[in-house]
Amino acid sequence: MNKINGFINTQLSNGLTVLIKETHTAPVASFWVWYRVGSRNEHTGITGISHWVEHMLFKGTQMFPKGAAEKAIAREGGTFNGMTWYDFTTYFATLPAARIELALRIEADRMANALFDPDEVTAERTVIISERQGAENDPEFLLTEEVMGAAFRVHPYGNDTVGHMCDLETMTRDQLYMHYDTYYTPGNAFAIAVGDFEADEMLRAINQHFGSTSDGPDIPPINAYEPPQRGERRVVVEEQGHVAYLQMVFRAPTVHEPDFFALTALDAALTGASGLTFSGGGLTNKSSRLYKALVETELATIVSGTLIPTVDPFVYGLSATVRAGHTLAEVEEALEAELARVVAEPVAQEELDKAIKQAKAQFAYSSESVTGQAMWIGFSEIFADYIWFENYIANLSAVTVEDVQRVAQKHLQRSNRTVGWYVPQGT
Amino acid sequence: MSIPGPQDITRHELPNGITVLVRENHSSPSVVISGYLPVGAYDERSEQAGLAFFTASALMRGTAHRTFEQIYEEMESVGASVGVSGGTHTTGFGTKSLVEDLPLALDILADVLRHPTFPHDGVEKLRGEILTDLEERAHDTRRMASLAFYELAYPQEHPYSRSLLGYTETVNGLRRDDLVRFYAGGYGPQGMVVVLVGAVRTADALAQVEAAFGDWEGHTYERVPLPEAPRITEVRERTTSISGKTQSDIVLGYPGPPRAAPDFLHARVCNTILGVFGLMGRLGDNVRDAQGLAYYSFSRVAGGPGPGPWHVVAGVNPVNVEPAITGIRAEIRRICEEPVSEEELEDNKAFITGSLPLRLETNEGVARAILDMERYSLGLDYLQRYANLIGTITAGQVQAVAQRWLDPDAYALSIAGPPAP
Repeated sequence: MNKINGFINTQLSNGLTVLIKETHTAPVASFWVWYRVGSRNEHTGITGISHWVEHMLFKGTQMFPKGAAEKAIAREGGTFNGMTWYDFTTYFATLPAARIELALRIEADRMANALFDPDEVTAERTVIISERQGAENDPEFLLTEEVMGAAFRVHPYGNDTVGHMCDLETMTRDQLYMHYDTYYTPGNAFAIAVGDFEADEMLRAINQHFGSTSDGPDIPPINAYEPPQRGERRVVVEEQGHVAYLQMVFRAPTVHEPDFFALTALDAALTGASGLTFSGGGLTNKSSRLYKALVETELATIVSGTLIPTVDPFVYGLSATVRAGHTLAEVEEALEAELARVVAEPVAQEELDKAIKQAKAQFAYSSESVTGQAMWIGFSEIFADYIWFENYIANLSAVTVEDVQRVAQKHLQRSNRTVGWYVPQGT
Repeated sequence: MSIPGPQDITRHELPNGITVLVRENHSSPSVVISGYLPVGAYDERSEQAGLAFFTASALMRGTAHRTFEQIYEEMESVGASVGVSGGTHTTGFGTKSLVEDLPLALDILADVLRHPTFPHDGVEKLRGEILTDLEERAHDTRRMASLAFYELAYPQEHPYSRSLLGYTETVNGLRRDDLVRFYAGGYGPQGMVVVLVGAVRTADALAQVEAAFGDWEGHTYERVPLPEAPRITEVRERTTSISGKTQSDIVLGYPGPPRAAPDFLHARVCNTILGVFGLMGRLGDNVRDAQGLAYYSFSRVAGGPGPGPWHVVAGVNPVNVEPAITGIRAEIRRICEEPVSEEELEDNKAFITGSLPLRLETNEGVARAILDMERYSLGLDYLQRYANLIGTITAGQVQAVAQRWLDPDAYALSIAGPPAP
């Protein structure tokens, strides 16, 4: 067991990894359980299954029948939710610190005892389909789905986490339960607690609630890897609307490759500070290169970039909303010109300094919230380890302008990209 | 740390009419500013819909001392943010920065609020962004359902009936001079509120705000009282067709109680039972869970300075629109006709008071709470009295407030989705 500055990193005898951070800034605590399962573990026929299983974990156990867990959390003044992503499914509750043990009881219980009542599976099928249909109302969801599908022909990252409609219509209760039974095991999970408690006391409580859950069989390996890309790929979505959208994604290195931080710095120069999470966010980006080249020139109204840490190699994405009266071709041309510039000339040292200061500020802001801290620790444990964010500033600071130019030359190539156009069909 | 109250919030009025509130929090090296000016869409004419929003957004496009580019270069270079946003009654502003950059954030905030120049090309760029956003809105079921709901629920002459962003025609019709005039007539220190929360000494914070705004002079609009927003006595329904969509959005509701209404907290408890508690309260249980009709189905009681809406929002498959509306109306009928059980009432009250520490966890959360205390004259001890205020609410009061504001048979109903097949 490692214990440094009130931070515990240990493993229970059943294989559950436990990370505990004591912080006394507010009388609240956040408890999370992360499972290493998401749409990355899916294939055609069962796309969306991880997300659906997540929904079913809110549908009851013997101890907490449907609705009882969220009502118990709400009664104590807490918040409670779950999230599914490519690489993980996670559940969390944030509560007044004195009540946090309730979250441990609920999570330990549903790690092993979720019911998957067939009637509840049936009712939830329409909720999930409704969630997908709501997403389909958004032009950018439709475009992203096509672009990712084209960028990943083989690896499951080509499927959106919500799943394909044909699979949502046909998946069975037994398939869902099997998925749960396979992946919801202590050895495939880790628990995180951050907040206003004594770390040793929290470890004792986690051990008490989770220690008796037995570990499961080995997790099925993922053998899929994306073959090399042998040329530019392009997709077009033609749907109703008045506004056009452009997306451009480049195959990118993982966090374990030295290019990752140089690409992070490149992204900051191109599209502004990252939100440092899987869900975007962050600061305004109006002093970034692409804002100046696309928005200040009145070709686009919004431009953004995403570089998200993942377990397997992912993509670096750029997207723009085309301003009324302009065309996708104009926006793509201006975007290409800016990319050519970072390939041809190094960025300025000031642009790197800015990225570092922005990251420092975001870390300071995030430390105000135990929920945010627990999310960062868990997210980084998924693709690297919990100290990844602690070394973030140092790693970013080591990047040179030559590194940035080198990764631009290596990754921002036409043959390495997939381009998507949303062409609105005016009505 | 204790609940913010008179013991650690400092309230100070400047001679030119600005109220400053400060609360120190040294747990992280950051500071937020949050505040408002009493100017907004309330003060625009209906044929100029969108003027207040456009004007507030245009403040950031350039000042006497900084270009648009300089404003954002300076802020983003230090990982800070500054923003101004035009609302209906007020124009809100805020900054977030490391404490070492607070002087810069305040300087830029004062610059954009006091010395905007409305550069011609900046105004035109912004106009294009707003117009593109309005094009997106026209194809967004949720936004279109909401837009039509406000038109149905409020009389045409009421500012709540029109869009804050405006409409393509009105935004196209606004000239730079209109923005300049609107700014000159209504942006001033009288009634301005500034809240600072974070790692700053109170005396320093007060001195910095006074230095930034203490010598500001400017006008504010005289306001006539809001028109009446009478209770709805019939069903007002509108369907907006948007082709190419797979989901319909529903908004069903009423003009609701202002924040200062004596029964507002009763409404908050009632609304929590109806469409918030756990996974979206009774509406979540009925429409989402039992019937599996929707991914979301919840209710909100706005409670602003005026009769903001009390409404239900749901997103459903187009074939489920009617059953969802039936389910929503059944829950509204139930909360009007049957007193809630003691157990359900106690659960909901426990949630409302118990979640206070979570809402006060961040500097933003504390600033938001202090701003509300000031805006609605709740008193600096409001959060400390809050548990008692909620705790004494009875089932009879919950039913009475439902009957006063809700009605299962008379409501505004807006649906936006694909055309009927």
